[in-house]
Amino acid sequence: MGVMKRLTGVLQAKANKVMDRVEDPRETLDLSYEKQLEQLQQVRRGVADVATARKRIELQAQGLQQSAAKLQEQARQALAQNREDLAREALSRRAALSTQLEQLRAQHEQLVQQEQGLVATTQALQARVEAFRTQKETLKASYTAAQAQTRIGEAVSGISESMTDTGMAMQRAQDKIAQMQARAGAVDELLASGTLTDLTGSSDPLQAQLDKASQTSQIELELAQMKGQLAPPPAAPTGALTPGAPGGAAALPDGAEPAEAEPVEAETVDETPSASAGTGSGDGAAGDDLFSLGSEGSNS
Amino acid sequence: MIVRILEDGQYDVPASERAALDELDAKLSEAIEAGNKAGFSVALAALIEKVRSSGSKIDATTLVPSELTVPHETASLEDVANLLSSEETVEA
Repeated sequence: MGVMKRLTGVLQAKANKVMDRVEDPRETLDLSYEKQLEQLQQVRRGVADVATARKRIELQAQGLQQSAAKLQEQARQALAQNREDLAREALSRRAALSTQLEQLRAQHEQLVQQEQGLVATTQALQARVEAFRTQKETLKASYTAAQAQTRIGEAVSGISESMTDTGMAMQRAQDKIAQMQARAGAVDELLASGTLTDLTGSSDPLQAQLDKASQTSQIELELAQMKGQLAPPPAAPTGALTPGAPGGAAALPDGAEPAEAEPVEAETVDETPSASAGTGSGDGAAGDDLFSLGSEGSNS
Repeated sequence: MIVRILEDGQYDVPASERAALDELDAKLSEAIEAGNKAGFSVALAALIEKVRSSGSKIDATTLVPSELTVPHETASLEDVANLLSSEETVEA
């Protein structure tokens, strides 16, 4: 037997299973109609579920985009403070987010398509149920004719088939949503646990590093100014240092520890690939370790 | 002859197209049995195209059972194999 014939058998067997067959075909019509209304309700709820899943993905994408924008800004700040290691880290995290975003985009596209398809089938199904409602009264009135009984059977089978088809489409959509929700849950977890939340939340370690770095340079600056004020005035009087302080605000700390800054940079560059791998797999510890390494460097 | 394309709707296809449909159906069947995904996609697309081009769509107010059923356009080989395997369980 061909595939088409067998599929028809499957569809009709499923349809018959759902349908209550009773002795009196007139009752079959009424029962079938009730069942149709119920199923139509279910289908409408299913369409709403798909829409909810789609909106959830949209919200997640928004969250990821905000995080990515923040990381970009942090990278810029880090570079402005000559912290290429932090900038690199921020950008590698941002790259991981954009991979996630790309996946969400694909899921979103699928959901939109499914939603559109389901809305269309629901409308067609509603039209069928409405047609069934009007036809069943006519069929009931002419029930005694043998021909009418055949037509009742056909009408009921026909609409049950459509119901089953829509039901299976709905099931497929729901399976897909379940899969997506498992993945969406992983993104939520990622956003909620260590790695990513820290970047968007107030306790952002990257931001903390940047703040610390700018604090550090501020402290260095103040220290330099204090040293300048305390310095005994032998050969170079205060006049030589004071102009250097405001003008060399950024230059002083940089100039103060070039020898130390260099090795730290080199070390961080080596670290970076492992850090981005850690971020990609949602492992927060590697990133934090990298940060604490960096902070030792900046503090020394 | 009434043919349903899953997730699409029913079409009234002239009985004269039966042989052509059977031929495409046989290709689909072969591809499923061989697990040939590429062949499956080609055969399914051809079958759907044939039903749509030779048949006329039945409007929503006509309630009739279908004689033949074509898998939905986005169906994978696994989807159809699963549907067909539910044949036994449904009938049992």
